[in-house]
Amino acid sequence: MSTTTRPPRAPKTNRIGLAVVDYKGAKTTLCAGCGHNSISQRIIEAFFELGIAPWDVAKFSGIGCSSKAPAYFLGLSHGFNGVHGRAPALATGAILANHKLIGLVTSGDGDTASIGLGQYMHMLRRNVPLVYIIENNGVYGLTKGQFSATADIGSKLKNGTVNDLPPIDCCLVAIETGATFVARSFSGDKNQLKAVLEAAIAHRGLAVIDVISPCTTFNDHEGSTKSYAYVKQHDEPLHEVGFVPAFEEIEIEMEEGSVREVEMHDGSKLVLRKLDGDYDPTNKLEAIRTLHEAAGKGEVVTGVLYVNEHAPTLTDLLHLVDEPLATLPEAKVRPPKEALEAVIEELR
Amino acid sequence: MSVTELSPLAAGEDRLPKEIINDFSIQVATVNGSGSQTANLVLMRSIFQMGVPVSGKNLFPSNIQGLPTWFTIRASKQGYIGRKREVDLLVAMNPESAQEDIQSLHPGATLLYDAALKLPEIRRDVHAYAVPFDKLVAPVCPEVRLRKLVRNMIYVGVLAHLLGIDLEEIHKALFKQFGPRKKKAAELNWGAVQAGAQYAADNLEKTDPLRIERMDRTQGKIMIEGNAATALGAIFAGATVVTWYPITPSTSLVEAMMGYAKRLRTDPETGKSTCAILQAEDELAAIGMVVGAGWAGARAMTATSGPGISLMSEFVGLAYFTEVPAVIVNVERVGPSTGLPTRTQQGDILFTSALSHGDTQHPMLFPSRPEECFSMMSEAFDLAERYQTPVFVISDLDLGMNYWMSDPFEYPDKPIRRGKVLTAEDLDRLGGFARYRDVDGDGVCYRTLPGTPHPKAAYFTRGSGHDEEAKYSERPSDYMGIMDRLARKFENMKRDVPAPVVEYNEDASIGLICYGTSVYATEESRDQLKQEYGLETSHLRLRAYPFTQEVLDFIDRHARIYVVEQNRDGQMRLLMKMALNPERAAKLRSVCYYGGLPLDALTVTEAIVAQEGL
Repeated sequence: MSTTTRPPRAPKTNRIGLAVVDYKGAKTTLCAGCGHNSISQRIIEAFFELGIAPWDVAKFSGIGCSSKAPAYFLGLSHGFNGVHGRAPALATGAILANHKLIGLVTSGDGDTASIGLGQYMHMLRRNVPLVYIIENNGVYGLTKGQFSATADIGSKLKNGTVNDLPPIDCCLVAIETGATFVARSFSGDKNQLKAVLEAAIAHRGLAVIDVISPCTTFNDHEGSTKSYAYVKQHDEPLHEVGFVPAFEEIEIEMEEGSVREVEMHDGSKLVLRKLDGDYDPTNKLEAIRTLHEAAGKGEVVTGVLYVNEHAPTLTDLLHLVDEPLATLPEAKVRPPKEALEAVIEELR
Repeated sequence: MSVTELSPLAAGEDRLPKEIINDFSIQVATVNGSGSQTANLVLMRSIFQMGVPVSGKNLFPSNIQGLPTWFTIRASKQGYIGRKREVDLLVAMNPESAQEDIQSLHPGATLLYDAALKLPEIRRDVHAYAVPFDKLVAPVCPEVRLRKLVRNMIYVGVLAHLLGIDLEEIHKALFKQFGPRKKKAAELNWGAVQAGAQYAADNLEKTDPLRIERMDRTQGKIMIEGNAATALGAIFAGATVVTWYPITPSTSLVEAMMGYAKRLRTDPETGKSTCAILQAEDELAAIGMVVGAGWAGARAMTATSGPGISLMSEFVGLAYFTEVPAVIVNVERVGPSTGLPTRTQQGDILFTSALSHGDTQHPMLFPSRPEECFSMMSEAFDLAERYQTPVFVISDLDLGMNYWMSDPFEYPDKPIRRGKVLTAEDLDRLGGFARYRDVDGDGVCYRTLPGTPHPKAAYFTRGSGHDEEAKYSERPSDYMGIMDRLARKFENMKRDVPAPVVEYNEDASIGLICYGTSVYATEESRDQLKQEYGLETSHLRLRAYPFTQEVLDFIDRHARIYVVEQNRDGQMRLLMKMALNPERAAKLRSVCYYGGLPLDALTVTEAIVAQEGL
């Protein structure tokens, strides 16, 4: 069995002749050490390395620290920072208008799991072709440190308050509701997060990545289950995630049976190197069981939990013309005069 | 002999004419879910085919089956197609409401009732006809479970005989109503019509004065529901993204659009659609998708009613502040809250004009007729894209869900205008752009669409404070600069919104202002005021907000202005007061009706007579 590895260092310009700097955004205004900044950095690297033109990307977000993030990456991409919990609707509309756009949403745990839970679930069941990143820190940062709906039972706030409500697991919700690519990662795991991001971008339907992203200001203390220390200690990777884009042909020999490959629709490959066990990310029930078991043990399982490359997307189901609807010429969107006359005749 | 209009305020039995031709109202009282709508539409359409101006209004409950429902048909040789308050002919099919319905008839009215109804006594001062519906339906409809639906068609046959409606016209209307695919059902119903007509011919002696006679006042006209007209308007306006959530009374708009889109917006070469229609999970998502799609360059719209508008306020504020085009059709129903969900009102005017928190202003268009439902969709999209802002098209249940006699729609005469959008070539030429810089001095800035292949195309749209380059800013001068420009933009829209329709009367010192469906009662009331009270009036029908110069001129030329509308508080009058100087504002008075039925002329006349002290 054979697979590939990444070149050791990224070239100065990518395959479309752009440099990393072309993928950067404005200077971040988030706190020093915030996990969200690491995620922004990984997004920059992933799009640069895949050689995707930033003007083909549209960024969306709601409200919260995570939702400020799109200003800090892909400055040459259009971005829309909308209203709280409702980035899914904005993004869905934009994709309907122009299904050639590569849609990227960054949201947070408040934005997704509380105010936005309804929109999140309906985006999932529609399989809207988007990359949806949850920058999950278990806490409301902008309003200075209240629990969010992803906080674990027993997790402590800085002031000592203990959370006694069960968390909403955004990955479980996603798998149950119809998402076709679901991953969990950690902002502190550079290699895994970047590879997961690249696979998510290659995925043809909705890709959800729940990234545990510690809040250094309000939720990084002893007793928090979303602190750097806690996640590092309890991170249980399902596999080592690698990604080989379609345009790369590098192949190296691997030990038989040591990896699982998932072929993405564009010909790229998601390469999952086995660790302790053999995890099958195309098995929905195994994914659900794995998440429940990990939660019971207080572990944070990371990696690609579930992939289905064959489900139809929203735009497939709507059977739309190939050109973006947004820029169709008048001749395509206004029926001719005779068509109106025929309708009128029937109404007489 | 033919006598036209009764004295509207003093009708008495002694003054009743022997014959009333093409000028009366029919009310059919049935049980909801009994399939009476088809029978009523056939009756209405056959009168239309006789060349007589006609209108029909379905007064229905919020219920699938079982509650009382009424359908009123008005034939009017003068062309009055607003609701007539008095019922001249009642068809009583519903045991639940029969007693009360019959009590409310005026002396001399006509009553057709189901002989099976156990009525304690029938009024002696009405022309009453009993029809044994159950007995008649059995032979023409062997299948028992269909009888409930078919028996209604019997009263169509009875009325055809009594009123003199040509059975050929009933036949034509019935087969049109059922369409080519339901020929068998049409045949079955036609049998019921004939049975009714035969029964009437053999058993009923006509004593009432009501008659339908052929005219030629519907030549070339069409019959259509306002919602279908709006849907067709959107299809021809080039709408490309439609996201919605079902709510009475706007549901039939999008449902009509699905049918029209399939037929008219399927690309003949590929068989694929040029119009995405998506049912959202709620109104928040529906408007969110519209805003996302409008931002990405689609002609995006939604249709809803008051409760949906409430939910949409947050996104509408975002679209206003970030300057994203959107078209929102509000088919109004009675509020507040769930209100009377199947009744009509013009109750969302004030709320919509400034929907969302902070300083916001939104243009509104007010169609009155199906022709305008059609044409205003093109105007709304052009306006939304020209000014990069949400535009509301305010219809109502009466206009949207009822069938109207209408002139055929005119094909849009102007090309679609997409507004100030820069392409990659423009950016090469300009070397860049600032999203919120007022380059042309009209308050409207240039935008680019996501996906524009150019390194200078992107900008970051945000609902938070921003400067001319769309960068985050909390600086007072940046914020005020944007807000002042938005206000200028709104002011400039006066140049492009549809002008009011004005009819000056040189002898009038009072003027009536109305909008939307209030026009029907207002026009009829003007005739009543003149004929009964010698009161001359001028008339202005608003077609848009912001108010244009024509409105100010109209107010200036009259001593008193009555704003006629269907809500409690006189919302349009209040909106006008805010926009006018004190002298003009002081001239405004209100005529308000808010009972949930379509406005009738007598109500307007009585209110003006009282306020004028006549």
